[in-house]
Amino acid sequence: MSTGATTDGRLPTAGRNAVWYDARAAMPLLSVRHLSTGFPMGNRWVPAVQDVSFDIAKGETLALVGESGSGKSLTAYSLLRLVPPPGRILGGEIQLEGRNLMDLPEAEMERVRGAKISLIFQEPMSALNPVLTIGSQLVEAMTVHGLGGANPRATALELLATVRMDDPARRFAEYPHQLSGGLRQRALIALALCCRPSLIVADEPTTALDVTIQAEILNLLRQLKHDFGLSLLLITHDLGVVAHTADRVAVMYAGRIVEESPVRALFKAPAHPYTQALLRAMPGSTHSARRLEPIEGQVPSLQQMPPGCAFAPRCAWRHDACLSEVPAMYAVSEGHASRCLLVREAQQLAADHAAGLPTD
Amino acid sequence: MPLLDVQYLGKRYEQRALWRAPRVTHAVHDVSFSIEAGETFGLVGESGSGKTTTGRCILRLIEPTTGRVFFNGDDVLALDRTALRARRRQMQMVFQDPYASLNPRHRVSTILEEPLDIHKVGTPTWRHARAAELLELVGLDRDVLTRYPHEFSGGQRQRIGIARALALEPSFIVADEPVSALDVSVQAQIVNLLASLQQQLSLTYLFISHDLRLVRHICTRVAVMYRGRIVELAPVGALFDTPTHPYTQALLSAVPVPDPDVPPQRITFDPASVDLEAPLVEVAPGHFSRLGELG
Repeated sequence: MSTGATTDGRLPTAGRNAVWYDARAAMPLLSVRHLSTGFPMGNRWVPAVQDVSFDIAKGETLALVGESGSGKSLTAYSLLRLVPPPGRILGGEIQLEGRNLMDLPEAEMERVRGAKISLIFQEPMSALNPVLTIGSQLVEAMTVHGLGGANPRATALELLATVRMDDPARRFAEYPHQLSGGLRQRALIALALCCRPSLIVADEPTTALDVTIQAEILNLLRQLKHDFGLSLLLITHDLGVVAHTADRVAVMYAGRIVEESPVRALFKAPAHPYTQALLRAMPGSTHSARRLEPIEGQVPSLQQMPPGCAFAPRCAWRHDACLSEVPAMYAVSEGHASRCLLVREAQQLAADHAAGLPTD
Repeated sequence: MPLLDVQYLGKRYEQRALWRAPRVTHAVHDVSFSIEAGETFGLVGESGSGKTTTGRCILRLIEPTTGRVFFNGDDVLALDRTALRARRRQMQMVFQDPYASLNPRHRVSTILEEPLDIHKVGTPTWRHARAAELLELVGLDRDVLTRYPHEFSGGQRQRIGIARALALEPSFIVADEPVSALDVSVQAQIVNLLASLQQQLSLTYLFISHDLRLVRHICTRVAVMYRGRIVELAPVGALFDTPTHPYTQALLSAVPVPDPDVPPQRITFDPASVDLEAPLVEVAPGHFSRLGELG
């Protein structure tokens, strides 16, 4: 595929093999530590994202999976320091290529947005400017960041070809309302790529699209990642989308990451009861006729978080300790961890067993 | 005799402009199918395929341009206003968005009693008792009668929407994307509720959805719509295991499989390759496809 971006040395070229264990070895592109973001309620700050830590390596795709209210989108907006007021980041560190974004003055942060990290939204129509042509929006974005070279129009046309728009010259001159949903999402991806960022944050990029268009957009994202060594933070509620797009997955529940895992292990050996229940609740996962396996109850509200594990009230494996102790992340295998006391207890039991202690 | 028999249903929109010939859009064209009592009939398709319009035409929430709809042997499209209103007691609708389909200014009791008031069923005291009974039927506590819709989660609101649809004891329900606004864990709760209500109350469903995994799970027969037409209609097993129409094949291949070990095998669809004017032909018992020259 011909593209202007490959000729530029600024894009990392890690490629397809940058999987999770490599990520641990090299310095990650993005490293988030103990991020908390919250909203004021009454006279206190209530965290909607709590103690979130993860890494993304160059060329890697991390999927952040969760249901509505899990804090997955707020985590993404926090990375860009675009938390909608009155919310704000309460603490933590966001290291991008070794720089802590939390320390940057706003003016410098503005240069990070788009140029280093760019964002793809769920609803492309609301992210595109309805009164400007696709082409002029691309040219504008490049000009603002001092890119595009002598002939920004040519670069923009190349970008439209990169995202596999049919007839780029025609699309360049069209307005967003003239495009179908799938083409609009491609235009938005072109816009996200135009400053050659190293990380793209995609917030439910295919949720509003039909399933055939969704497949095309996911294909495009995989292709771009492969061709340019882009890193991708994919935010989604659909585990089906994750299976073939992500290298690693972090599952969020009630503001915290409850499980982090390489993609295959998450589907083959989920370690957190929430992940297990979520996989079982999907239609097509059980073969029992007609009945699905729901997760009874509801996600707790921010003001009424249970004192222990947030999932405990809905958990089939809950025991007394779950109701009082907030679990930490416990390693299940290399690169795979679960925020569940059962994992710790299993490890304790195994250790006792190895030491020859009675394990009643 | 099938409970519902739809014959050659069509809905045409004309976009009129001064000095220009009207532009005609066939939102639904030549749609025929029948539903037996106790079935869950799935209508699937992508946005703009005409599945919602079809569902609404059957209930005459939209007036179809052509065709006939027989419910229990009576032609629904021939009914006058009064007769239609009476007939609607047996045919109800559950809407997609539980945030938009409940009046935010009404208490749950008002929402549930309204259909009973309109149809002048029972005394006010009886209606109030019926509202409480309906809530229990959908798994909510009768204490919530005095609350307003905004006090509920999406899943609970959809339960209220279902309770309202059941108020008049219908035998047939059109459920238009009833769970697509809900999270997976809650979606399963509502799907199970719909299944147990179907058994308990002998309901027949027309289930409109874009979610093929879900349709496969709950429907008995499925019709696939594309550009206003049914391109394939088959028992659920046959449709998913041996799809014959190129569009169905492409659609099914695009559904993401939640298993990293099953590589996606996309089949692309070329709209020019199919003849949408071709008749639906029976390719296997009960399995119809608009194959045209391909077959």
